[in-house]
Amino acid sequence: MASDQKVLELNDLNVHYFTPRGAVIAVNHVNLYVKKGEIVGLVGESGCGKTTVAMSTLQMVSAPGRIVGGEIKIEGQNIVNLPEKELRKLRWSKLALIPQGAMNSLNPVTKIKEQMADGITAHEKISGAALRDKVLKLLNDVGLPERVYNMFPHELSGGMKQRVCIAMAVALNPAVIIADEPTSALDVIVQRVVAQTLLDVKNRLGVSMIMIGHDMGLLAQMVDRVAVMYAGNLVEVGPVGSIFEHPYHPYTQLLIDAIPSTKQKKPLKVTEGLTHDLRNPPPGCCFQFRCPFVRDACRQKPPEFKQMEPDHFVACVQYN
Amino acid sequence: MEQPIISIQEATKVYGGGFLASSKPFVALDRFSLDIFESQSKIVTIAGESGSGKTTLANMVLGFTLPTSGKILYKGQDVATMTREQRRTYRKEVQAIFQDPYEVYNPFYRVAHIFNMVVRHFNLTRNKQEAQQLIEDALNVVGLRGDEILEKYPHQLSGGQRQRIMVARAYMLRPRLIVADEPVSAVDASLRAMILDIMLKLRDQHKISFLYITHDLSTAYQISDKMYVLFQGTTVERGNASKIIEKPQHPYVQELIDSIPVPDPKLKWDTNITLPSEEVMRMKSSVGCRFYPRCAKHMDVCTKSFPEYVKVEDDHEVACYLYK
Amino acid sequence: MAVVATNSNPKIASRRVSIWDSPWLNSKFVTGGVIIVLVLLFGLLGPLFWNTDLAFTASSPVNLPPVWDTGGDPAHPLGTESNGRDMLAQLVVAIPSSLKVGLVAASIGMAVGILLGSIAGYVGGWPDHIIRTITDSVITIPSLMVLIAIAAYVKMTDTTAMALVLALFAWPGPTRLIRSQVLTLRERGFVRMALLSNVPALEIMLTEMVPNMLPWLAASLTGGISGAILGATGLEALGLGPTRVPSLGTIINNALRSSALVRGMVWWWLPPIIVLIVIFTAFFLMTIGLDEIANPRLRGYGNGK
Repeated sequence: MASDQKVLELNDLNVHYFTPRGAVIAVNHVNLYVKKGEIVGLVGESGCGKTTVAMSTLQMVSAPGRIVGGEIKIEGQNIVNLPEKELRKLRWSKLALIPQGAMNSLNPVTKIKEQMADGITAHEKISGAALRDKVLKLLNDVGLPERVYNMFPHELSGGMKQRVCIAMAVALNPAVIIADEPTSALDVIVQRVVAQTLLDVKNRLGVSMIMIGHDMGLLAQMVDRVAVMYAGNLVEVGPVGSIFEHPYHPYTQLLIDAIPSTKQKKPLKVTEGLTHDLRNPPPGCCFQFRCPFVRDACRQKPPEFKQMEPDHFVACVQYN
Repeated sequence: MEQPIISIQEATKVYGGGFLASSKPFVALDRFSLDIFESQSKIVTIAGESGSGKTTLANMVLGFTLPTSGKILYKGQDVATMTREQRRTYRKEVQAIFQDPYEVYNPFYRVAHIFNMVVRHFNLTRNKQEAQQLIEDALNVVGLRGDEILEKYPHQLSGGQRQRIMVARAYMLRPRLIVADEPVSAVDASLRAMILDIMLKLRDQHKISFLYITHDLSTAYQISDKMYVLFQGTTVERGNASKIIEKPQHPYVQELIDSIPVPDPKLKWDTNITLPSEEVMRMKSSVGCRFYPRCAKHMDVCTKSFPEYVKVEDDHEVACYLYK
Repeated sequence: MAVVATNSNPKIASRRVSIWDSPWLNSKFVTGGVIIVLVLLFGLLGPLFWNTDLAFTASSPVNLPPVWDTGGDPAHPLGTESNGRDMLAQLVVAIPSSLKVGLVAASIGMAVGILLGSIAGYVGGWPDHIIRTITDSVITIPSLMVLIAIAAYVKMTDTTAMALVLALFAWPGPTRLIRSQVLTLRERGFVRMALLSNVPALEIMLTEMVPNMLPWLAASLTGGISGAILGATGLEALGLGPTRVPSLGTIINNALRSSALVRGMVWWWLPPIIVLIVIFTAFFLMTIGLDEIANPRLRGYGNGK
């Protein structure tokens, strides 16, 4: 189970995108950590910065974005200013990524066995029968039959391709896997299969994960802790049970309310999307334009994080 | 007896299998039937996963492809044999919203282009002022203003805004039926309510019916009146949407509803359930019940022929040999 | 855990990415374009500065080397050839002539390509089969050989006639390109929306598809011009082109016939070749630049700017 050792720490991370018309503040003073063996769910709407957080952890923020401040520590080591050579050694062996639409990033003209072997041999000296055995074992770990070894990506279904991507991410036993919307393009039943594969992998290997998504229902089933982001800021963080039982931040409450259920008919809770320009965030709380509880104090100073329950923090003026 | 505005009669679509074909014929949709009446506007959900035939059905209703057998009648007139003038009226009364709110815009033009295109080709107004007023009204219905969005390019707007603009475009024609093909799947979960709410408003206040095509049963539960659940081209359960979701009868529908993640961390999925393997999920049979390979309760009779529809309760039918 | 979540607005020194980031200002495209414009201006404005009558036979003293060689005359800075024609004047006249042939031939090819390609791609079925078969057959025909055969029989009196003959082989490439573009665009969401809006087929092609094809059309055109100039020069160098107005190929032809190579008259055969190299390189740069504009994935960071 989860221990207290932190495998990934993001301290005061700031990422800006420099566009011709000003710098977009994509990630604003985000502090987040992941303990060994746990899954942290990072949730928020499109444009809230969650994918940017994931990509900056791997130092793969695409231009014109740039990390402008903060630390990223993998197992205690700060990697923000590491040279590219060192970073390459880290990627995949300590930090793995299952990107959004991962199944579309498989090379269509290469067989699965070669693609998986590529990732492994880039970091380990292994070949021949040992390599083959390792790949087959990985496929088995994610519940895929052996014949997938010799198949091409187009012969596999969406769920199978996604599980190949999971197998590739796990290949080198990384400390942390970042899964960016791993089930978004999949059918409901297949989504369950892939989600359970991820959980299974996590339990067996003790790997930690950051799972990024916007489906709170799925997160409730999968993660240990939830971190809620809005407009580049972290607004609430806490254990999943606590978040669902007592969501403190109005945005978290909104996200949970928006989940449609199949048990009862609720009136639809209509809400507007991101309203302010990320180049010019307002002084004070980032959520002020949409918050049903907004007051004058919210417009003046940004809220500070306050601990409401064990391990459960919220940044909201109401509680300051 | 009131004539239905749209009557789909045993519509079937088969791909391949011609004289020179190398593979077996693939039945995308098998004898689908549905009637929609003008007097009672309803949201009819066509639920199913990929490969269920729901997209094929949408394409046939919209006139993009013709059924291999069976008919689609619009006010009694067969869509396949329409004249140009009849087709024009048909297009005006049956409109669509699609899944990807970015793809449907030509990146070359500003948003105003799609509205002007509609106004011009359906001759909706007599002059420019009327056109502008019409467009503004349509935008207001979806909660947008012309001066906010008409002069912008599609990439400058959010996904939610783009989708709402598409609804406004469809509404502007005052159609009788809107085919909504996964209209909220590509929109963030927290913003879906906005689009769904607009659909409800259009049904109640403007008497527009919807064919809501989706794989997400929870949103279907929130807004639909009737539902047809498709599996590999066949209709396995049909009737009142709430009844089907509250008391699913067909093993496939039960499996589907079980797989929806419950947003309560205390009620986790039962991880001991053996989920069907991929090969089984991809097997396609063509005679009898299509769900046979995956069904935990399958019987020999299931492979003989497709089961008849059995009435389970009022407005709730299932096609399964378990119920006789 | 975290301490302060401030929401201050740090005015980080922004590396302001400028307006010069527009994809059309691709460095290769612009460089190639500028070179072509310069070459063209040389040819079009040249007559204002240099007497083009000197391009005709017996207008100047014969066999003068260029001005930097011994015996050179500043009145004929690039020298003259054995028929009494001034080299500089010939270049000034030849450049627009060659470019014109290329442009006319490629434009005709493009027009035919748009017509046939659109029909084949949009309508499909039998028209597509027929057009595709003809196009693919013509592409396999060795064009230079057929052009030589035609040129030997048909006396081409001027560049327009030659352009028309070259156009016979300029259309299959654009046809294939446009057909494949139309096939792809036909499936796009906005084309379906246009269909749902009751827009007729021709208008869909012109209004919805063509604007999305522009970079490809432009790349095809620059490639086509380049190819046509090559074909024209080839014919002229073999002596099969129009002989009245000097063009780059006819200069080479004259040089060959008068054994300029053996006689060491470098200033005769080299200048037209250099000009041709510059023109081809420039068009090549434009074509690959347009390729990068059309296909953003080819742009590297720092490349496409």
